[in-house]
Amino acid sequence: MSFSRRETLVLGLGAVALGFMPFRANAAAEDAIAAFTGGAEAGEGGVTLTAPEIAENGNTVPISVDAPGAVSILVLASGNPTPGVAQFNFGELAGSQSASTRIRLAGTQDVVAVAKMADGSFVKTASTVKVTIGGCGG
Amino acid sequence: MISRRDFLQVSMATTAIVGASGFGNFSRLAAQQRLTQDELLQFDTFGNVTLIHITDIHAQMKPIYFREPEINLGVGDARGKIPHVTGAAFRKMYGIEDGSEAAYALTFNDFAALGKEYGKVGGLDRVATVVNAIRADRPDAILLDGGDTWHGSYTCYQTEGQDMVNVMNKLAPDAMTFHWEFTLGSDRVHEILEDLPFAALGQNIFDKEWDEPSENFESYQVFERGGTKIAVIGQAFPYMPIANPGWMFPEYSFGIRDERMQEQVDEARAEGAELIVVLSHNGFDVDKKMASKVSGIDVILSGHTHDAVPEPVLVGETIIVASGSNGKFVSRVDLDVRDGRMMGFRHKLIPILSDVITPDAEMTALIDEQRAPYLAELEEVIGQLDMDSVLYRRGNFNGTWDDLICDALISEREADIAMSPGVRWGPSILPGQDITREDIWNVTSMTYGKAYRTEMTGEFIHVILEDVADNLFNTDPYYQQGGDMVRIGGMGYDIDISKPQGSRISNMTLLKTGEAIDPAKSYMVAGWASVNEGTEGPLIWDVVEDHIRKIGTVSTPPNTSVTVTGV
Repeated sequence: MSFSRRETLVLGLGAVALGFMPFRANAAAEDAIAAFTGGAEAGEGGVTLTAPEIAENGNTVPISVDAPGAVSILVLASGNPTPGVAQFNFGELAGSQSASTRIRLAGTQDVVAVAKMADGSFVKTASTVKVTIGGCGG
Repeated sequence: MISRRDFLQVSMATTAIVGASGFGNFSRLAAQQRLTQDELLQFDTFGNVTLIHITDIHAQMKPIYFREPEINLGVGDARGKIPHVTGAAFRKMYGIEDGSEAAYALTFNDFAALGKEYGKVGGLDRVATVVNAIRADRPDAILLDGGDTWHGSYTCYQTEGQDMVNVMNKLAPDAMTFHWEFTLGSDRVHEILEDLPFAALGQNIFDKEWDEPSENFESYQVFERGGTKIAVIGQAFPYMPIANPGWMFPEYSFGIRDERMQEQVDEARAEGAELIVVLSHNGFDVDKKMASKVSGIDVILSGHTHDAVPEPVLVGETIIVASGSNGKFVSRVDLDVRDGRMMGFRHKLIPILSDVITPDAEMTALIDEQRAPYLAELEEVIGQLDMDSVLYRRGNFNGTWDDLICDALISEREADIAMSPGVRWGPSILPGQDITREDIWNVTSMTYGKAYRTEMTGEFIHVILEDVADNLFNTDPYYQQGGDMVRIGGMGYDIDISKPQGSRISNMTLLKTGEAIDPAKSYMVAGWASVNEGTEGPLIWDVVEDHIRKIGTVSTPPNTSVTVTGV
């Protein structure tokens, strides 16, 4: 188990605010995706999102995205109050269409990556990152 | 790749040897001819490579009693599958006679009676005898330690793991991976690594700042044995900074990282490795999933969840071998590797029955040398266990040791509710045994053992239970941490393990009043093993010792405070 009194309160609030609903893109995230794709349907495959299954620290979660041939990749933390994380744009001379960063997650949720390909089509992927109180290892 | 015939050659050491015995008929057992060391070690050498696996010793150098779990529930695809089978169902699955040595070693039933009959298990001097015998048979056998080695006893705590380092160096493994070792603090780990005479492996041990593989650990090592190149890839416990205090090893990050595991497998194959072995501290269900996602692994030697599995479990073309805990078992795996492929295997899970196996005298002397400076403290008798009780921990919910620890927290710390971590280590005590200081430390020793006391609202207690339950009963093994449910004293609850996080726990009741827990009300909670820096309070082993001294004779009334459904 884990929790100082101070962290106890912080964690309590975070968990309650999210009500344990693991991800499901909230309305703000869906709006951001629609704005990026212009409402076009996003396919699967062609974009890779690497994220830990369980965050070691929800305040700084390392993620990376990779979409060969993409001109732009949008990253969203779908369960955060403000889901927008980053939009990476790649010029024609870019050696690879990949990027890494660290993001803050308010609780267990899906991180979403949407890539715009050179032909104007879109592909999407998501990965659930669990933010837990922890403790009690075997 | 693995023929059905090869698979059938797999056997548990004792099942074929011990004859039929009546159900629970112990007097008859006593009259039977007993198993000998030669029979226990009998093995028709096979193929051209031998692996020896030991894991999760938790610093148990001397023989102990260790009761296997009664409750070990699997969810999702793991429901009803090994290792989530216990008791009579387990014996039926493997054709184990009731009351036999195998039944004693692998299942919980009649534990007190069978323990008196068959004696203690483990002891690293017995393990040394077994390892030496296998090496006599196959001199270039590879001995692999799955980690959780430098943690878990009084002497290990006092020497910061040096006692175990000294003893294991004599046993001479070829490689090791890690979990609780990191709770010694990264400075101490680095100090030990400097002189470690074997490979320290972990492909998932990363430098936190740069998010790159740590330079202090190798991802894998290639061994050339019997004309065969064997790559051993290390996989440390993936959730170290979550399940244990990350502030003690702030330089490191972990995670499952199965994409990188695939890269390591491919790289090792490209270097000419004909056999890929993963020395893992993932836990059994995580290893099963990893075997299904990463291709090209021949053998996973699985640790962390303390499962003793009499036959390898096959996932695709990967065999998964699990070798129990606390020094109670050693696995021998013989492999036929030809033309760059694993063509077959033979396996034996060897229970270290301490009365059957002659201790290695040199190792006994070395172990006693580690203990000598502390012997008076270790052997001091604090109390006794009554004649009707067994103290044990393993199981998804409260064990009797946990109940005793929770009672100690409530009474010594004047709390309403007690919380004790759901760890899987800690030996058992038989009826009538003295409880010594060593026994108490065996179930409590750690580098963050302070017993906190704090107010929590009913709502927050619910959040904690839901959070920990999801670490155990999430249907995706990659979201599990491999411990058991947090142990609760002073409060009862119902749990439906089939539900999602947030709706598993209900009917929380304060036992002393019989009233429902009020989400808005604050309760005084005492617990220990907080992963947060700066936790204050007395040390848990002192709390438990004070409590046992006061009560004198410990008894363990049945605990019916947790109701489990959705199984």
